[in-house]
Amino acid sequence: MRAGAGVILALLLCRAAMAADAPAPLKPGEGAEATSGYCNACHTSDYIVMNSVFLSPAAWKAEVTKMRTAFGAQIDDGVAAEIAAYLAANYGVAAKP
Amino acid sequence: MQRRTVIAGGGAALLAPVSAMADGLVLPPELPDGTRQIARAANLPGKTRLLRLADRPPNYATPTDVFADTITPNDRFFVRYHIDAVPTPPPIDDWVLTIGGEAAVQDARLKWDDLLDLPQVGVVAVCQCAGNRRGLCVPHVAGVQWGDGAMGCAEWRGPRLSDVLRVARIKAGAVEIYVGGADSPPVPGPPAFRKSIPLAKAMDDDTIIAISMNDAPLPLLNGYPARLVVPGWTGTYWMKHLNRIEISATPLANFWMKTAYRVPAGLFPVQQPFASQASETSAPITEMVVNSIIADPVEGGEVERSGFTVSGVAWDRGTGIRRVEVSLDDGKTWLDTLLDRPLGPYAYRRFSLDTGFLRRGQYRLFSRATSNAGERQSDVLKANPGGYHNNVPRGISVTVV
Ligand code: HEC
Repeated sequence: MRAGAGVILALLLCRAAMAADAPAPLKPGEGAEATSGYCNACHTSDYIVMNSVFLSPAAWKAEVTKMRTAFGAQIDDGVAAEIAAYLAANYGVAAKP
Repeated sequence: MQRRTVIAGGGAALLAPVSAMADGLVLPPELPDGTRQIARAANLPGKTRLLRLADRPPNYATPTDVFADTITPNDRFFVRYHIDAVPTPPPIDDWVLTIGGEAAVQDARLKWDDLLDLPQVGVVAVCQCAGNRRGLCVPHVAGVQWGDGAMGCAEWRGPRLSDVLRVARIKAGAVEIYVGGADSPPVPGPPAFRKSIPLAKAMDDDTIIAISMNDAPLPLLNGYPARLVVPGWTGTYWMKHLNRIEISATPLANFWMKTAYRVPAGLFPVQQPFASQASETSAPITEMVVNSIIADPVEGGEVERSGFTVSGVAWDRGTGIRRVEVSLDDGKTWLDTLLDRPLGPYAYRRFSLDTGFLRRGQYRLFSRATSNAGERQSDVLKANPGGYHNNVPRGISVTVV
């Protein structure tokens, strides 16, 4: 491994002292607030960033639907649509023609 | 170059370096950009230097260089939870395992000492998450974007599941054994994580309730105090924090059996089909496919032109590994490697190859394993919606200096 062992150790020690890392901040934009509000309950919003960038708008919409139907996320239709649009715009790829 | 296309295909016009480091840990360039952004090295209670994909729920991978050894140390063993619910274990004398269900003759409650009174057996076995290498599938599919590290091999020890089931006695007509753990959802909604295995697999002499891992108590994050060990099968059945067993005459019908963890029917042939859970179009993912990984050198490494040793491990569903080949020239030609003495059919089998003198330059190395059943790693990805069973030979890039 190339990086100095001391640097790695220092990083690890300061991480170990922290209970849990905050998730990576979501990109600003319309729907960002609703997304971090609703999508940090069962898992951190890192699950969103981790799954980028490769999902189409339809695939993001399906993910939001899955969270509601399979996992019981309490999100009403309007907010769900806002979140799906935000995810498609900020963490998605264009729909296939 | 293939890798560049993959990165560009990920959606970002990112001129990423060939390999990236997360606090000194190597990340495969094939992972999605977002995954590379959040992944980092982390320590946890009882865990040293894992690769964090998410801390809530905890999902941490074992770094690839750890697989240079056949046994994965407990503090480097990967961590995988679906829901953020690592339980606080009770004092061991208060711990109880309940056994019941409609196809049990009687309900039983076993305490820790009762487990210790049963014959103890050891099995060296690979625990691999069904989704290992999902993040390397192209096109990418949704899910936890694991690289190579959602797996490990340990010596598990404890009573046989069959001996525990015999305490409750099995009625004729029993079909499946349901298992549940102490980890329950933090917020109402997600279905409780419960799984089932067919009776035949439950009665297999190698299926055990592990109360020790590499001669030590299980780490909390690997299921302390007891977890199910289902050798040859993917980790999804290896219930952590095991506290409830049901003997059932009907198939378990929940999200984790009927919707998640399924593969298209017939895509991955298996020895022992899980018939009670199969449908016309899909089957539960069960037996692992033959696979291998190079652990030394690691992606992006620099090696000497006087020659170096390529080593790593190979594994399958329990037939054992008969051959591992390595390619030093991007898959054009393959060389047979030396295999270490096997530690058992379910264990990693270590391979190594001394390269001899090589010219300076960039090299792309691959490994490819063949099992005792004659199955070899797939040349092309058998794409499926869950991103499961990715056993295409793994390539790594190194520089000979
Ligand atoms: C009620 C709980 C809950 C809420 C709220 C929730 N999720 Fe999930 N989510 C889950 C569970 C459970 C999983 C599976 C976790 C695992 O396997 O590690 C999951 C997984 C995911 C995944 C990985 C892909 C997959 O399908 O497994 C993505 C992406 C995701 N969630 C996005 C979201 C987004 C976006 C929101 C906000 C709209 C959200 N989640 C809100 C429970 C929830």
